[in-house]
Amino acid sequence: MRIDKKILQDVVNNARIRLNKEEEEELLGQLNDVLKIFSRLSEANTDKIEPSFQPIEVKNVFRQDVVKPCKEDVLANIKNKEDGYFKGPKAL
Amino acid sequence: MKIKEYLINVKSGKTSAVKTTKSILNEIKKINKDYHYFNNITENLALELAEKADKNPRGKLAGLPVSIKDDICVKGVETTCSSNILRGYKPIFNATVVKRLIDEGAVIIGKTNQDAFGFGSFNINTDYEIPKNPYDKTRVTGGSSGGAAGFTALTEFPHVAIGESTGGSIAAPCSFCGVQGLTPTYGAVSRYGLIDYSNSLDKLGVISKNIEDLEIVFGVIRGHDLRDSTSLNKELSKENSVKKIGLIKETLGIDPKIRDIVLKKLDESGIKYEKISLPLASKYSLASYYIIAMSEASTNLNKYCGMRYGQEEKLNLPYNEYFSETRTKYFNKETKRRIILGTFARMAGYRDAFYLKAMKVRTLIIEEYKAAFKKYDLLVSPTMPIVAPKFSEVDKLSPVENYMMDVMTVGPNLAGLPHLSLNAGNFNKMPVGIMFIGNHLDEKKLLNIGKKYGI
Repeated sequence: MRIDKKILQDVVNNARIRLNKEEEEELLGQLNDVLKIFSRLSEANTDKIEPSFQPIEVKNVFRQDVVKPCKEDVLANIKNKEDGYFKGPKAL
Repeated sequence: MKIKEYLINVKSGKTSAVKTTKSILNEIKKINKDYHYFNNITENLALELAEKADKNPRGKLAGLPVSIKDDICVKGVETTCSSNILRGYKPIFNATVVKRLIDEGAVIIGKTNQDAFGFGSFNINTDYEIPKNPYDKTRVTGGSSGGAAGFTALTEFPHVAIGESTGGSIAAPCSFCGVQGLTPTYGAVSRYGLIDYSNSLDKLGVISKNIEDLEIVFGVIRGHDLRDSTSLNKELSKENSVKKIGLIKETLGIDPKIRDIVLKKLDESGIKYEKISLPLASKYSLASYYIIAMSEASTNLNKYCGMRYGQEEKLNLPYNEYFSETRTKYFNKETKRRIILGTFARMAGYRDAFYLKAMKVRTLIIEEYKAAFKKYDLLVSPTMPIVAPKFSEVDKLSPVENYMMDVMTVGPNLAGLPHLSLNAGNFNKMPVGIMFIGNHLDEKKLLNIGKKYGI
């Protein structure tokens, strides 16, 4: 398997990152080298093996869904805000 | 000075925490000009905490200077993970680890340099000045907790550093800087307030000059935390005796001179050991680790989009372009590379071959380690295949060659196993590390072996 320009463009669009031509060329070579290492895994026999999403078994932790007042100023770290809300770019 | 003696002196009023804090802050300012271990020196907070410790030295760590890796949140203190995208971010809360330290009287002296978001083995991928090795300024500290290990090596004041490891970020810089580092069992220390790299791999730990210091601070920060859903609600195993050690055969194909330093150190322990083969961990850890780490990182870093915190742009850009503009401008090269690889490994059509496969291979690797621990109390290997390289040597490495440097450390990290890197000696005046690996929650065995060496 190889990452070609088309795949790379799909990936960077999904990741919301822009690359110039030079970066794209450089990355294509590097990414395919890394992919060769990744592809070694195909040699491992994982039939009937369950995936380990955590290294140790972790159980869900639940708490009561109770509304509490927010004591901290969650808007403290941003300039783009209005009327107690975060402000983002126009969606439409 | 060992911290135990210092803490007794602060408690009895014989030593002033304020005076010690002022001295260590002066030292940091002086050496930071050359070595770049700190992104941020928290002078006001440190002096405030030191005054409190002098007035009321009741906590277990009253008056102890502690440095915090820059990916751990300290309330009101700029916390950037060494990335430009988080410049100016001041968390509105303390990480659980920081809260526990402060509650016991510790003095937070600053935020230490790292590879941005932890993405690196040499600490050269920082958006701040690159830290230099305390033994040789032309060489790297190792990463990603490079500032933490470098400063621990250089300072003569009582001090312990809090580091963080995803795939070897505590062990690697400890090996290169000649200090000791404990990476605990996954979940043994709360990750609440850690800026995530890879949730199923990240672990906070301790870096220090000696094991006694390390044990005292580990005792304060570990333990269950309701705020971290992956925090383990289990005690450490009581057993601390080490009778038999397995030496991982596949890790010995390195420079024979470095290998011999490690083997000599192992002989010194006087504990029986024999060679053991871990074929699956040796063959597949690196690939499995990087796929999981990059996949999880690429989702974690989605939140840096110019809203809520960190750098922001003017809002007159079209919707998607706004996010692309911010991320393209403020993420560095290595961060982009890892986001791109991680996004690829999770995409429809590739997910089963990479991400899911890596998770299944992780199961095989964990099983292989678990089988080894039925026979051995601990496993051992060199920490790193080399001593700290020169900056000029690292510059020539390709990304793949960079990633290969983690070949010894990714296995235990992938399996969430606690591991302790100890200084084993020097090769050409540069430190060499030996790494002991324990079964889950077997930290007491690791600390015991460190003490056996008298480190």
